[in-house]
Amino acid sequence: MDSANIEHSSSDASGSSKGVAAYLASHLREYGLLLALIVIMAFFQIVTEGTLLRAVNVTNLLLQNSYIIIMALGMLVVIVSGNIDLSVGSVMGFVGALAAVMIVNYDISIYATIVVCLIVGGLVGAAQGYWVAYWKIPSFIVTLAGMLVFRGLSLWLLEGQSVGPFPREFQIVANGFVPDIFPAGIGEFFAGIFDARKVNVLALFAGVAAAIIIFWMGSRQRARNKAYGIEDEPSSFFIARNVIVAAALIFITYKLSTFRGLPNVLITMGVLTIIYAFITSSTVIGRRIYALGGNAKAAKLSGIKTERLTFLAFTNMGILAAAAGLVFAARLNTATPKAGFGLELDVIAAVFIGGASMSGGVGTIIGAVVGAFLMGVLNNGMSIMGIGIDYQQMIKGLVLLAAVIFDVYNKQKQG
Amino acid sequence: MTTLLEMRKITKEFPGVKALDEVSLKVQKGEIHAVCGENGAGKSTLMKVLSGVYPAGSFEGEILYEGEPANFRNILDSEKRGIIIIHQELALVPQLSIAENIFLGNERASNGVIDWRETNRRTEELLSKVGLREAPTTLVDSIGVGKQQLVEIAKALSKDVKLLILDEPTAALQENDSRKLLDLMLELKAQGVTSIIISHKLGEVRYVADTVTVIRDGTTVSTLPAKGLSEDDIVRDMVGRDMTHRFPEHARTPGDILMEVEDWTVWHPEHKERRVIKNASFNVRAGEVVGIAGLMGSGRTELAMSIFGRSYGRNISGTVKLKGQPVDVSNVPRAIKAGISYVTEDRKSLGLVLDEPIRFNTTLANLEAVSSGGVLNRNEETRIAEHYREALATRTPSVFQKVVNLSGGNQQKVVLAKWLFTSPEVLILDEPTRGIDVGAKYEIYTIINDLAAQGKGVVMISSEMPELLGMCDRIYVMNEGALVGELTAAEASQERIMSLIVNE
Repeated sequence: MDSANIEHSSSDASGSSKGVAAYLASHLREYGLLLALIVIMAFFQIVTEGTLLRAVNVTNLLLQNSYIIIMALGMLVVIVSGNIDLSVGSVMGFVGALAAVMIVNYDISIYATIVVCLIVGGLVGAAQGYWVAYWKIPSFIVTLAGMLVFRGLSLWLLEGQSVGPFPREFQIVANGFVPDIFPAGIGEFFAGIFDARKVNVLALFAGVAAAIIIFWMGSRQRARNKAYGIEDEPSSFFIARNVIVAAALIFITYKLSTFRGLPNVLITMGVLTIIYAFITSSTVIGRRIYALGGNAKAAKLSGIKTERLTFLAFTNMGILAAAAGLVFAARLNTATPKAGFGLELDVIAAVFIGGASMSGGVGTIIGAVVGAFLMGVLNNGMSIMGIGIDYQQMIKGLVLLAAVIFDVYNKQKQG
Repeated sequence: MTTLLEMRKITKEFPGVKALDEVSLKVQKGEIHAVCGENGAGKSTLMKVLSGVYPAGSFEGEILYEGEPANFRNILDSEKRGIIIIHQELALVPQLSIAENIFLGNERASNGVIDWRETNRRTEELLSKVGLREAPTTLVDSIGVGKQQLVEIAKALSKDVKLLILDEPTAALQENDSRKLLDLMLELKAQGVTSIIISHKLGEVRYVADTVTVIRDGTTVSTLPAKGLSEDDIVRDMVGRDMTHRFPEHARTPGDILMEVEDWTVWHPEHKERRVIKNASFNVRAGEVVGIAGLMGSGRTELAMSIFGRSYGRNISGTVKLKGQPVDVSNVPRAIKAGISYVTEDRKSLGLVLDEPIRFNTTLANLEAVSSGGVLNRNEETRIAEHYREALATRTPSVFQKVVNLSGGNQQKVVLAKWLFTSPEVLILDEPTRGIDVGAKYEIYTIINDLAAQGKGVVMISSEMPELLGMCDRIYVMNEGALVGELTAAEASQERIMSLIVNE
């Protein structure tokens, strides 16, 4: 104990005085993740001779990973609370099947179907959360059971057949694009500059606006931190990080604008990510979830209703899995009995690559989203290269292991 | 006497700080050598250097053991030479039996098949040596901390120990268990075992030690024979200043009755037929510090936790009144709302979220006060955390420091800050100074006095009788789940408290 005190107080002392190097050392994880994503993208961009970042592929990349990201948001919350949910792939498939049966077989309206599906997802999550929260049954077991149950339910619901196709209005949930609201003249003007066929100005505008907002909010936070004397990242880092993020955002939206514009799912994904990032970092309930995962007993003795929080985390996960199921079904334009098979592992991997801890209490939404993209780029890049599914699996597995080893190594070095 | 161990000019650096700066320690064969020092002084680091946790080469200086240089690369190396260290946090596997624990990693086996008869026979021998009357097959889970400590020692004895190192062995023990343990140390000494004891409790040090080495800020301050050394001498060396008073001055004039607990009965959560608390009734006045004395296992913590939102037990009956009005304490949020706070005995596992910063922990029990519409106001949070950091003189670079990095005393201040921020009327403090060094204890006492001066009622549970005698206006004595006596500060003495416990 004694030595640990001394060790730590020393690293803090040097943190404020030595600045950049020490800051980098203590935040290696966050920068490492961002850097890894950039390096991997650059790598595939080169080996695929530019295919990776072609407009159509960027759009594809977003569409392909949307349901993983939507579920990763909920999984992050579940994992931070100290639990895990293995059932999300099956629940996703089950809800897609339910939507298909309701819309295709029974001609129920799309909106009613969406509402019913989200409610069913919530109920499924609640049913599993109930056993975890109030009966203290390990979440691994409850959701393993759930995985089997809902896989079976999808099969039963679809009677082993694929059901589809969906009407056009439902497909746009996943495959639609936001129409350009700017006059066509502006689009043609940009098309001339970019030497593109046509340009969706809204997409371009959204990218620039998002970059500005991120920079503005970051600066405001910095100013506030300074006022309170909080140790902050060195300004060179702040600027470099923001320039990279802004450039990436603008670049991606530029690419999107020269294809079909902003996909509907990107909006859904973006809004959900912002909402969950806000909830986890800035609200009472978010704070309590971190406390629950960090030390459940201390949280309970601090007056936190830990059972209810766990229950809510699973309910939320169910709703997001349902949302992902709708997006997935709409994207494939059909519901198959095998939909969502094994997807829970991709979701969980994304969260852990994003820096969450298996023991709970640690992890961020942004990390989980970046982790999901990292996996997505790997998948996509390797597929373009024509690497077989066998090697793809192995490489993904090793990336996950490497990310977690990096975490543990970092922690040991600091502690 | 010959020298068993000599550590010469040990210097151990961590990035940016010297934890040990040319520390020397010389231990004679067959003696009990006490190492004293405040938390953070470097005692544990020194022991880690000795036992090979920090391998040879990671520090400067040399270690001579049995007259020859020792280069331990890991704990196994040092254990092979008979150096056994028993850590503050016990390293037993609760789900295994006593015998299994004692021979863990050192199984009595041939060809990988364990010889249970031999194992149990040897265990019985060892247990009788340490004076523990339990069956070898008893699960470690089911015996108390005091007995677990004895199992650890039995385990050490099973390995032909030559140098036994005990890191704060009595920190979690009750007075009579502590005494048993210390007597055991003396007995082992008679059998030729050399021991090093690290302890904050100077009474114990004087009781067992032959030589006392004091370490302060990573350097050796003094090594003196224990004979003729007074506690004040040791304290002066430890803190580098005179500490004429162990307890801060206080003059209290308790007001009206603030909290009243009547006929409180609690049943065991698992063993349904066991009554853990038996019709306990007590009260606290405004501005009063009330102590609850009793042996470990007498039900003090259970009493406190059951009052605090029924955090312990089942079929709880009885009433809790605050300012004459019955209040609802049926769950923790309600108890907090009623104005009761409970500072847990075990701050690491029950009090703090260790991997989170001070700010996070300070506001945890009252997030409503730093949020509006469910959204946290971080600036306000920081301000609150800063306020308590100053008010309680918590030593930390900033409130954004993770609490795991703080010393025991400062961690305790963070726990206190958390509860003070809920604006309680009554604070129940369970072992508020356990594992905290002398200087920090004094500060905690000062905080308690301030709270009483503000008109709050304080209930203090402690295993250290001098602490209760030095701090409390009244002391309730608890034994086997019942309050068996009540003494005013003037009447109370260690002897009277013990006799109440014994004569019940």
